[in-house]
Amino acid sequence: MKLPFQSTFFMALGLLVAVLAPFGISSKFQLDVLTLIFFTAYLGQSWNILGGYAGQFSFGGVMFFGTGAYTSSILLSSFGLPPIIGIFAAIFMGALLGLVVGYLSFRSGLRGSYFALITLAFAELLRVLANSVEFTGGGVGLFLSYAPGLYNLQFTSPTGFYYFSLILLVISLAIAMWLEHSRFGAQLVAIRENEDAAEALGVDTLKCKIYAIMIMGGMGGAAGTFYAQKYLYIDPPISYSIALSVEMLLVTIVGGMGTVFGPLIGSFVLHTVNEIARHFISTPGLSLIVYGFILIVIISYLPNGLIGLFRKTQKNKEDNDA
Amino acid sequence: MFSVTLSLLPAGIINGLMFGAIYALVALGLTLIYGVLHIINFAHGAMLMLALYSAYFLFKILNIDPYISILIVTPASYVFGYTIYRWGIGRLSGGRDQNILLITLGLSIILENSALFFFTGDQQTISLPYSYESFDLGFLYLSYPKLISFVASLVICVLLWMLMTLTDLGKAIRAVAKERDGARLVGIDVEHVFAVTFGIGVACLGAAGCMLLPIFYVDPYTGNMFVIIAFTIVVLGGMGSIVGALLGGFIIGVTESVGGLLLGESLGQIGISLIFILILIFKPTGIFGSKV
Amino acid sequence: MMLEVKSLTKRFGGLVAVSDVDLDVAKGEIVSLIGPNGAGKTTLFASIAGFLKPDEGEVILNGTSITKLKPHKICKQGMVRTFQITQPFATLNTLENIMIGAYANTSNKPLAKSNAERVAEIVGMTSLLYQTADGLTVAARKRLELARALATDPQLLLLDEVMAGLNPTEIDEIVDVIKGIRDTGITIFLIEHVMKAVVNLSDRTYVLNDGKLIAHGTPNSIASDPAVIEAYLGHGAAKTMARG
Repeated sequence: MKLPFQSTFFMALGLLVAVLAPFGISSKFQLDVLTLIFFTAYLGQSWNILGGYAGQFSFGGVMFFGTGAYTSSILLSSFGLPPIIGIFAAIFMGALLGLVVGYLSFRSGLRGSYFALITLAFAELLRVLANSVEFTGGGVGLFLSYAPGLYNLQFTSPTGFYYFSLILLVISLAIAMWLEHSRFGAQLVAIRENEDAAEALGVDTLKCKIYAIMIMGGMGGAAGTFYAQKYLYIDPPISYSIALSVEMLLVTIVGGMGTVFGPLIGSFVLHTVNEIARHFISTPGLSLIVYGFILIVIISYLPNGLIGLFRKTQKNKEDNDA
Repeated sequence: MFSVTLSLLPAGIINGLMFGAIYALVALGLTLIYGVLHIINFAHGAMLMLALYSAYFLFKILNIDPYISILIVTPASYVFGYTIYRWGIGRLSGGRDQNILLITLGLSIILENSALFFFTGDQQTISLPYSYESFDLGFLYLSYPKLISFVASLVICVLLWMLMTLTDLGKAIRAVAKERDGARLVGIDVEHVFAVTFGIGVACLGAAGCMLLPIFYVDPYTGNMFVIIAFTIVVLGGMGSIVGALLGGFIIGVTESVGGLLLGESLGQIGISLIFILILIFKPTGIFGSKV
Repeated sequence: MMLEVKSLTKRFGGLVAVSDVDLDVAKGEIVSLIGPNGAGKTTLFASIAGFLKPDEGEVILNGTSITKLKPHKICKQGMVRTFQITQPFATLNTLENIMIGAYANTSNKPLAKSNAERVAEIVGMTSLLYQTADGLTVAARKRLELARALATDPQLLLLDEVMAGLNPTEIDEIVDVIKGIRDTGITIFLIEHVMKAVVNLSDRTYVLNDGKLIAHGTPNSIASDPAVIEAYLGHGAAKTMARG
């Protein structure tokens, strides 16, 4: 058994380093990369709750992100609502979308590949809709004006966005830790391992799965606001990009599904790989080719992700000690 | 305004049927693989994209007409499919169906980005000497390439159907599909049959790619578009059903074409995802049931 | 009556798997359901426990109908089933597996944990608490099925062949465990193939053949019922035996 004190200590240390990092890192570029790592880890964690803990893989996780991005952006551009409030509307809309998609798919008993594919179709559907209706700006997209300030969740320096992403990341880690120690989390894992058995033992599997996708949706919604306020432009291909759906599952699977730190580790490793690849060859596509290989290797040989490597050695050590 | 649209309807339907036949061929590969191996090949679209590029380069470099290329690309695709299953997917998968979905997702990422890396993201089209010649139907000029692609797709569908129902190979494949352990017991090399089936599925894409090129375009992302289309056809027709795939192909082709006509180019695409979602939710076994 | 099943029928397409079955289980009893392979026992169990929707008939638990309830609701009402083919949460350890059952009554983790440990002791799994479920032996997995169900604090346990695949010593052990469970006031309804255990354990026995109940009574009276012998040994067997 691990010592609670030890892990608490390391987590506190990690958080301290992360909080102090901007004072030590002078390069704006590096701070931006870190922001991106945290942001992807956050999105990965949202995928992890439904995919890693509850075992329901989605291929269209981006739909919550996109819906959140549109929600706060439209509220801002059409109604002048500051994003610091808009982000809660984005969370709400993301969770609501999760409720609708979750209810429709889980109630009809979709699981495995079918669930993965139907989420992909929902994301496609929303992309086409966003492209066709007026209030999203259609194919032209939405431009947001640059007006830095906490109100607008916009910042003049990368440090501001760095802390914004760090807050998101910490919240996502806290949610995952809560799952690890709560009945709800245990029930999600039971559903992943054996849905019939879970149902027989009194787990309301439908309700649990819907709650999980709603949490995922709410988290994705907030991520959308973050993105929109950072880049000040969204359009349907960005908001509902298949690539982002893939990235969410990729960082989680690479790091380790159903674990608290898996998405963060995966995000860190993959972005590092990306930066290294870009350093050598700048032709687009290379790092994604590498990602594809990494995904296949992990699925085939390391089903517990990189974190599994660490755990296995730790376990072996315990066995040896015993 | 509406009456103008209405007068275009027959043309829309015919156009939809033309594309529908090719869609059917793409979906046929997918449904065959699913019906026999019970795996979902997410790299299906990316493999189609590869076939399109093969036909494209055969035309650009060796000046081979894409319709002739069918004879080259189809067998090559078969070999590619056989190899990649026998020494790749088949070995690596195992366990949950989601794992195969993810492995084929990884494969599609690799294929797509290799295409981006080597061929750039530019859209490529070709024009054939007879590209602009057409056949007058009275209410519509039907270009020769569309017509040829339509007929050839149907011929290949029929050939595939004959292969599956009339030959020993077809029998072995169906035996494996139904009862893989039993087939193993009576001495059928199940892994080989799986790889052959996967190869045939990919060969369908080879042929489809050659027929699609003259009337479409290719870029690294072409496959993405067809993944959803092919999956929709397959769930519509029932996973594993050959006849279902053919009918589903026509339905989707016409839906897309007529949907585009009535709702406009951008909203028209909504039909496909919507059909996909509705079928999965309300009738996951497909409209025509499921059978190989 | 703890459990009443009234004219329950379950069809799969044209096949009638369970046909017009009436049975009841009183509080505190151990009642068994026997029958040849393919008789429809597991289908009947699944229909009672909410995993299959009966085409006709009613299932009544403690006087209220549970026919249309989903399994987790039925579990909350005090009836829980085990699976013939064990369905462990494979990557979780024994304790975590049992805790899922214990969570049916509490959301408090320490409480669920202590309940799970108590149940583990009842079924004799204390030494295996931190063993991952996919590494357990068949016998241990059977016990785990039992333990998880027990942890939901049921009034009625439906046990589907918890002895299949066990050796005689293991069977004796689990028979004792089941008796112990009954002595704590839990009613038990079980499907079983091991006749010795059936005779040893049950107060009453129902016999199912081809989806129909063909006999009902004490285990000993059942064993000499011609219809039962017929069902098990085939056409004409009872007559032959009577003559011989």
